[in-house]
Amino acid sequence: MIEGIFVEGLIFSIMVLGILISYRILDFADLTCDGSVATGAAVATMCIVGGLGITAGLVLAFLAGVLCGLVTASIHNKLRIPGLLAGILTMTMLYSVNLRILGNKANVSLVRVDTLYRLFPEAFSFLPQAFASLLGTLIFVLVVKLIMDLFFRTDLGLALGALGGNEQVILSQGMNPATLKLIGVGLSNGLIALSGALLAQYQGFADANLGQGMVVQGLAAIMIGEFLFSSNRISLITLRAILGGIIYKALMFLGRKYGYLIGITPNDFKLLTGILVIISLTVAQTRAMASAKGARKKALERTQSLKEADNA
Amino acid sequence: MLEISHVTKVFFPGTVNEKLALEDINLTVNDGDVICVIGSNGSGKSTLFNMIAGTFPVTSGTIKLKDKDITHAPEYKRAFMIGRIFQDPTKGTSANMSIQDNMNLASSKGMKGLKFSLTKDRKAKFRELLKQIGLEDRMEDNVGLLSGGQRQALTLLMTTLSRPSLMLLDEHTAALDPRNAEIVMDLTKEYIERFNLTAMMVTHNMQFAIDYGNRLIMMDEGHIILDVAGEDKKKLTVQSLVDEFRKIRRKEFDSDEGLLTT
Repeated sequence: MIEGIFVEGLIFSIMVLGILISYRILDFADLTCDGSVATGAAVATMCIVGGLGITAGLVLAFLAGVLCGLVTASIHNKLRIPGLLAGILTMTMLYSVNLRILGNKANVSLVRVDTLYRLFPEAFSFLPQAFASLLGTLIFVLVVKLIMDLFFRTDLGLALGALGGNEQVILSQGMNPATLKLIGVGLSNGLIALSGALLAQYQGFADANLGQGMVVQGLAAIMIGEFLFSSNRISLITLRAILGGIIYKALMFLGRKYGYLIGITPNDFKLLTGILVIISLTVAQTRAMASAKGARKKALERTQSLKEADNA
Repeated sequence: MLEISHVTKVFFPGTVNEKLALEDINLTVNDGDVICVIGSNGSGKSTLFNMIAGTFPVTSGTIKLKDKDITHAPEYKRAFMIGRIFQDPTKGTSANMSIQDNMNLASSKGMKGLKFSLTKDRKAKFRELLKQIGLEDRMEDNVGLLSGGQRQALTLLMTTLSRPSLMLLDEHTAALDPRNAEIVMDLTKEYIERFNLTAMMVTHNMQFAIDYGNRLIMMDEGHIILDVAGEDKKKLTVQSLVDEFRKIRRKEFDSDEGLLTT
């Protein structure tokens, strides 16, 4: 059971990494996620069911996600509308597209075909099945994390980070922010779709409604991660996002298992997730205010001591 | 080097808020010119800079830089040749990145690739450069931790890394305290001289505008009303400038700041 939470959490954390790129690194509030996670699941499922294989399924799911992100970023760039609205448009359109991909069915099952979660137990046959799945997923997530850490240390990755902090800097350095947004939002949704592709294989089916409320869950995970430790190093930022994803899923598990004791049902989870995000934002704000207050106090003390030194 | 001909800018055309910000501006900047631009608030100084840098499109007219028509080039393309520093010290650097990453970003213009260019050699080079502004031991600190003066000095250093053909300094010391303003201004003068840069500098300080640079431009209500260079400029005084303004515009010079900060 506990392995299941970790597997679910790890799969979920790939999506959290994607959301991290758009929300935190690019500062682009992107709602495409709710649609692109299901797109990834649908594309991977249809590839695997159609006999193209798992690798092709994963690659195509990633590319389909990138495409979703490109659509959102293009709408934002060309029509000059806020990213939020561009994302909502893409997400809404994707609902129909996803149903098309799934052959006009609300869900397609993955039973009786080879999936990653059949391969993992075979590859790691020295482990019990559940642990083999966990190990396989863990390796997968670590590879994704490593690539992401490397990417954000390249010149291009740094430029993406700078864009989120200050668009004028990018303009001043002769780069087109529109192009950078295409790259960033594209990659973000590629990862999100990849997460969907894994999720479909893990749960054994793809569902057109898979993505509902995913953005908020991802944000909650990012914020949980940010409570763990603060850092400006990309490797630690991605690490805490992954940990946040796992903790979020664990909390939801606890809610499912013991929630009935205080009258909570899975129906309440969306509400609770939203409240979790609000609490996180409140705490973060209080913290920022406290540190500003601390800095002010320090500055006052410094001027005070300078004055005293002058007097003496 | 920079040729502005018949540039006009109208904001909100066709609405009740229509405002003529620049009217038929003609200006030729020569290689090596250091021009101080003065004028009261709303006279069009910043709009002129925005037109040159490409922040907003011109309503009519043409702008040429090094014989290339850049009238319709987007801001990021002009940035290859134009280095601009704003009044707001937070605009020139990315706060959530370290000093060395900011420097690295600025060391070459244009779209970046998948390279790790922050090598040991480069770090050593940055360290040497940062000694000029006393930040050599804080290369891994986030820029957000620096003071306004330090950030503006860093922006200046970053901007000169690429040796721009034209520097636009938009009151870049106005938001700093007097001591830091002086440090940044001294640094500005040093770089302009050392790299033989062509620069346009907006300032509210008339005395400074008279003392510094080889050319002075005064703007009012969207026009360049005075353009003095060389020997003529050396003869200027604050009083003669104000008198000149009164003669040309038949009204009082209304920038207290310009008169008081001597």
